Amino acid sequence: MPPRSSRKRAEPEEENAGGRPFWSGTLTFGLVSVPVSLFPAARTVRTSLRMLGPDGQPLARKYYAEKTGKDLDADEVVRGYEVDKEKFVIVTDEELERLAPEKTRDIDLKQFVPAESIPPIYFERGYFLTPAAGSQKAYKLLAETMDKSGLAGIATFVMRGKEYLVAIFSDKGILRAETMRFADELRSPADVGLPKKKEVPKASVTKFEKLIANKSKKQFTPAKLADKQTDSLLKLVKKKQSKRENVVKVEEEMETDHKVVDLVKILKQSLGGKK
Amino acid sequence: MAARAIWKGEIKVGTTKVPVKLYSAVQDRTVRFHVLDDRAKKRVKQHMVDPDSGEEVPTEEIQKGYEIEPGRYVILTAEDLEKLQPPASRDIEIVEFVPQTKISEQWYDRPYYLGPDGDEKDYFALAEALKNKESEGIAHWVMRNKYYAGALRAVDDYLFLFTLRDAKEVILADDLTKPSGAAPTQKELAMAKQLVEMLQGEFSPTEYKDEYRERVMEFIEKKAKGHAPRLKAVKAKRQTAALDNVLAKSIESLRKKEKRAA
Repeated sequence: MPPRSSRKRAEPEEENAGGRPFWSGTLTFGLVSVPVSLFPAARTVRTSLRMLGPDGQPLARKYYAEKTGKDLDADEVVRGYEVDKEKFVIVTDEELERLAPEKTRDIDLKQFVPAESIPPIYFERGYFLTPAAGSQKAYKLLAETMDKSGLAGIATFVMRGKEYLVAIFSDKGILRAETMRFADELRSPADVGLPKKKEVPKASVTKFEKLIANKSKKQFTPAKLADKQTDSLLKLVKKKQSKRENVVKVEEEMETDHKVVDLVKILKQSLGGKK
Repeated sequence: MAARAIWKGEIKVGTTKVPVKLYSAVQDRTVRFHVLDDRAKKRVKQHMVDPDSGEEVPTEEIQKGYEIEPGRYVILTAEDLEKLQPPASRDIEIVEFVPQTKISEQWYDRPYYLGPDGDEKDYFALAEALKNKESEGIAHWVMRNKYYAGALRAVDDYLFLFTLRDAKEVILADDLTKPSGAAPTQKELAMAKQLVEMLQGEFSPTEYKDEYRERVMEFIEKKAKGHAPRLKAVKAKRQTAALDNVLAKSIESLRKKEKRAA
C-alpha cells in the first residue's frame, strides 16, 4: 500500500473511485450498534486540469529516487517521520492500524448536544451514513429520535490512520456525519495577536445594523456561491471545442483511476438497501 | 507570538469599507510523514512521466487539458489560463446578509480570522452589529488570483471569514431518498428518546482529545530509540441482539452509572 501523502489529506472522492464507501464500521449509542457505511457528502467539481504530454497524452505523477533517478513503484516507498534532520522513523500501515485500540474504531455516540449549538469553525467535511443490510431499523430509530429532539451526537473515532471528532446530524431522516477540528487545532484571538475590543460609539454600530437590514434576505441561496472562475473556464472550453481548437484525442486505457462516480446514485442505492 | 497575516483586504458593505487583515484560524496538528525511498531511506522526488514510454516529460513540455469526454481533451494554453484569472482586487464584497441559522454545517469549509487593519472602530462596530442582528454576510473576494465565496460572521467580539463550498459540490439530503426497511415501533422510539436524553449535554470541545495522535507520536519516539513495542493484531467485530432488548439494557446500565456517580 502506498504511504499517505505527507502534505495532502486524503481526498474522499479519489478514495471513492468505483463507488466504494469511504469507510464502513459501526455507529453505537448506548449498547445499540448500527453497522453503517460512510460516503462523502460533497463531490469534487471536476475543473482540475489534467497534465498532458506534447502529443496530448495524459501523464502520470511518479516518485523517483534523487540519487539514481530511478522511478519507484508503490511497494518501493515507505512512510517516514523526520525525528531529526534527515533522520527518519519508518511507520507502516499495519503499525498505524494496530495503534488504534479496538473500541476507538467505532463511532460511539457518548454525548448528544443541541444540533444548532456547535459553532461553524469546527466543521471540516461532511459524509452521509447509510445503513448496512439488516441495520435499517436501528438506523431509522436513531435518525428519528435525533430529529424529534433536535440533537446531534458527538463522538471521536479512528479511521484510516487519523482520529476524527465527529458530530452526527439527522438530516431529513438521513444521518450525516460532519468531521470537526479538535479544539487545539483552532487558534484563539490571542494566538493570532488580535487587539482587545474597545468600546465603539453606538452610532457606528447602528450604521452597520442599518446596512445589514437593507441587504438582508430571509433565506440562504446556494447559487450565490457560484464559482465564477469555474464558469468562465467551462465557457472557454466550450468555445474552443466548437471551433475545434486545441482538441486532442488519445487512446484511452486503464482509466479506472479517474472514472466519474455518480455519488448521488450510489447513495440512493445504498440507502435503498441495494448493493 | 502573533501570527502573520495571509492577506489584506477591505470588507465592502454598501459604500462603507472596513480594512482588514486575514489570518488562518486553523493550526493543523496532523502527524506529518514523508514519502521515502525504501532502499536508501531518503526522501523521494516527484516528476511527470509518459505512462507508455516511462520517459520523464520536462515541465516546459507539459500542457494542461480539460477532459470533455473520456480520452478527449481541450488544451488550455498559458495565455488562456492567464485570461481566466480574475482581475486583482482587495474587496471582500458582501452581496447580502442571511440569518445565522440558515447556512447548514455542510457548506462551511475553512475559517479565517479577520483582524482590523488600522482603524479598529468600524471593525468592532461591524462585528457588534452582525452579532446583534444574528446575521452573516455572503461574501465574494479574489485572493491570490482565485475567486472565493464565503460567509462573514461574528464570533464573540471578532470577525471571521469562512470559505464556503461551491453549490455544485454539496450533496443535500433533499437529493436523496430516506432509507427503506422496517420502521421502529413506538416502544422502541420511547426508549431511544429516554436513552438519548440521558446522554444529553452541552457541546464542550475541549473535552475531546486526539488521543490517537498522541499514541502515534509516542510510538515514533520509542521506535526512534530502538525499542518499539509489539502491537497486537486487530480483532473481528461482534454481533448484536434484538433492538428493544439492547435499548432496555442500555438504559439500565446508564442508570446504574448515574447511581454510582451520585
